[in-house]
Amino acid sequence: MKSARPPLPPRPSLQATPKDRASLQSKPTTALSSMTIQTLSFPDGSRGTFSTTVENSTTNDGTSPTDGHDVSAMGFHPIGSARKQDTDESMSVMSMAPTLRPPGDLESLLVGDMAKRSPAWMLLRSQSASVQPFEVIRADQPSTFAGFEREFDDIPDESDKDWNDGDRLQVWKSKLKHYMILSSAGKPIYSRHGDLGLINSSMGVVQTIISFYEGAKSPLLGFTAGDARFVVATEGPLYFVAISRLGESDSQLRAQLNALYMQILSTLTLPVLTNIFANRPSTDLRRPLQGTETLLSSLADSFTRGSPSVLLGALECLRLRKSHRHSINNAFLKARAEPLLYGLIVAGGKLVSVIRPRRHSLHPSDLQLIFNMLFESGGIKAAGGENWIPLCLPAFNNRGYLYMYVSFLDGGPDDSASTTDTADTTDGDEAVAIILISPDKESFFALQKMRDDVVTELKKKGHLDLIKATAVKGRPSVTEIASSTHISHFLFKSRANVQFCMPSLQPTFNSLISRRRLMSLYSHLHAAMHARHSHLKVLHCVSDEATSLAWITPIFEFYCVAGPNTSRAVMTQGANKIMQWAKREEERLFIIGGGVF
Amino acid sequence: MADSNAPKPSSSVKLVLLGEAAVGKSSLVLRFVNNDFQENKEPTIGAAFLTQKCNLPSRTIKFEIWDTAGQERFASLAPMYYRNAQAALVVYDLTKPTSLVKARHWVAELQRQASPGIVIALVGNKLDLTNDGEPGRGDGDGEGVEGEDSGDARKVSTEEAKSYAEEESLLFFETSAKTGYNVADVFTAIANAIPETSLKSTRGPGASNAVSRGGEEQRVNLNGPRETAKEGCAC
Ligand SMILES: Nc1nc2c(ncn2[C@@H]2O[C@H](COP(=O)(O)OP(=O)(O)O)[C@@H](O)[C@H]2O)c(=O)[nH]1
Ligand SMILES: [Mg+2]
Repeated sequence: MKSARPPLPPRPSLQATPKDRASLQSKPTTALSSMTIQTLSFPDGSRGTFSTTVENSTTNDGTSPTDGHDVSAMGFHPIGSARKQDTDESMSVMSMAPTLRPPGDLESLLVGDMAKRSPAWMLLRSQSASVQPFEVIRADQPSTFAGFEREFDDIPDESDKDWNDGDRLQVWKSKLKHYMILSSAGKPIYSRHGDLGLINSSMGVVQTIISFYEGAKSPLLGFTAGDARFVVATEGPLYFVAISRLGESDSQLRAQLNALYMQILSTLTLPVLTNIFANRPSTDLRRPLQGTETLLSSLADSFTRGSPSVLLGALECLRLRKSHRHSINNAFLKARAEPLLYGLIVAGGKLVSVIRPRRHSLHPSDLQLIFNMLFESGGIKAAGGENWIPLCLPAFNNRGYLYMYVSFLDGGPDDSASTTDTADTTDGDEAVAIILISPDKESFFALQKMRDDVVTELKKKGHLDLIKATAVKGRPSVTEIASSTHISHFLFKSRANVQFCMPSLQPTFNSLISRRRLMSLYSHLHAAMHARHSHLKVLHCVSDEATSLAWITPIFEFYCVAGPNTSRAVMTQGANKIMQWAKREEERLFIIGGGVF
Repeated sequence: MADSNAPKPSSSVKLVLLGEAAVGKSSLVLRFVNNDFQENKEPTIGAAFLTQKCNLPSRTIKFEIWDTAGQERFASLAPMYYRNAQAALVVYDLTKPTSLVKARHWVAELQRQASPGIVIALVGNKLDLTNDGEPGRGDGDGEGVEGEDSGDARKVSTEEAKSYAEEESLLFFETSAKTGYNVADVFTAIANAIPETSLKSTRGPGASNAVSRGGEEQRVNLNGPRETAKEGCAC
């Protein structure tokens, strides 16, 4: 990731002398070692580690990386705004402009950029901390997201007489994100945008390049062309290509490609896929995959829109009282049919209850495929009945099929509710589904009876209404979670439970673009924290668009975002409040273990 | 009619839809069950199970419908759905000749493998795309004509399909899930064609339930406007 690499700019310091700066600049690498950071152990709620007083004290004594209270050790990673050359410029400006800094807000300002900022920016900047993330976008930087509103629009197809191929190709090229799948023999299998007729030659070029490297025995992993990053993944007989101008890291793109591969395995199973190509390398895989293009596309689009679930590799649960969840689990277990392997109750894309055999747990990547099928693509919900779906859950067993019974419990005002917000589909869609998975393909009617029993039981105790009402209510706002923080949004992942929670995206991140900006920021933070040689535990980033904080311990991963004016102290305080909330609510927010039989 | 107060006997009929992908199987079911149509319906994944009642003068038929996905990779699962079926709807798209070839295969497979008394209906769908869009509905509100100015998309003649259906003793219909034309008629004809002997009357707790619900529907039909009889399966 480009923006995480430049040397850390110095912490702005009132007494900064050129000498200090030089020494500071060399420090962050060591200062960011895990040892230093861990001594900053954040007790739940006992804030102060990040407090302004500490900051003030460190301003004066220069910095000593061995000092456990040294907050500068947290690193001062500007994201996006501070390119390498900016860093040097900022150094010189800073020594001249220290008095411009408002008191008490020392740590969050990247003073060096000031000279380049527009008067409008300065004006906004001078107003309080109420500026929201991304409210201020620099005019001199063409936005990465220009045209993102049209990202998901269809490219006119051949039959459209108003469009010639050249124009259609132009629209195709304007997309910020592409996914392509082709066979190693060069047969196109899937492309997110554009019919295969239109882009056949582009696919051919891609195939030629990949196979050239393949022939040279050093497989091509990725390359950059202009502002687009190409990432290539080879899985057996298939090539997967992601082309992104959204600034995602290679490993994130690779994870997305892997999810598309998992979707293909889920349709075919690994032995079938392997056999197809072993017997006839030139096979057109589009036929065997017929009808699943929409699943690949809805998966691809959720990556392009930005999905916290995918980024974190974790699932979201419906927040319920422990006692309620417990009795829902029990009702579910009580109704269990003999052939059942896994049972799930899901509301609005969030997990309500899981029951499973003692020795098996569900893999998040498998659940992601199921959720995509049920909630992101319309095929199942639109069918309007119960569904019986053979599918392979590759992380569970990539060699065979399981059979999935799906029933959406009607009664939710599905269509009318989703019109209130268009971008944030998971907030608005509160459909409740029961999912029962069995290895026995003949078990439909046994599972159908189980569903009826579960529903009867849940209705009797009022749980079904509770689930629906909770799902309709949606995620809480940040203010409901921790009042009077300046934090605009956060992600909290419980690592042990492989689950995450987050507040509502409304109203700040409601639009397609603002949501994508937010998710891009998260994905930058995530990439920096998970870079192969990174030992980062805490990362505080400042740009003129937003301030953000990432914080990882063996227990959790936490990412949060606030407006560009938010000081580190305020940020930390807010983070601590949210952390206390998450701790307090742990058993409501997360399913711990689930019902086991 | 005495049936307004005496509950009619009720029986269930297992029905399976077969045919190439995208010929309109799910759309026909959606029209029959919800009287609805979606222009760009996403493909069925696996199979969908739906139920719908159909009132005959003498009894109520509860259809238990398996709407299968037409994709090849599901072909090996098909026997599971037609094995116990009393009726099958084999659908083709009358703008796509290959879909009739596929339909013939299904008919042959059913005749070989399904239960001997199975009632099979051959259905040519998407009639709205042809010039003779809705022969029975000449009372024109103009709506039917509008979409068809681009000419006739029919690629399978009525005669060809009909004579094939007669040879194989299949029921035969041309329908449009989009306009609803002939859709209810297919199901009614099937309900009427099921031999009395193969109708197991539903008894036990489920049966009384079904009967009372059948009665309800009837009341609605009696009070409702005449058109509902065309759309739903209230015969
Ligand atoms: N014009 C027209 N289109 C139809 C009709 N029935 C279905 N379609 C369309 O054909 C496509 C495939 O329909 P679908 O019901 O999913 O087919 P299935 O795969 O056989 O279940 C969808 O886009 C439908 O909107 C019809 O009677 N007339
Ligand atoms: Mg279908």
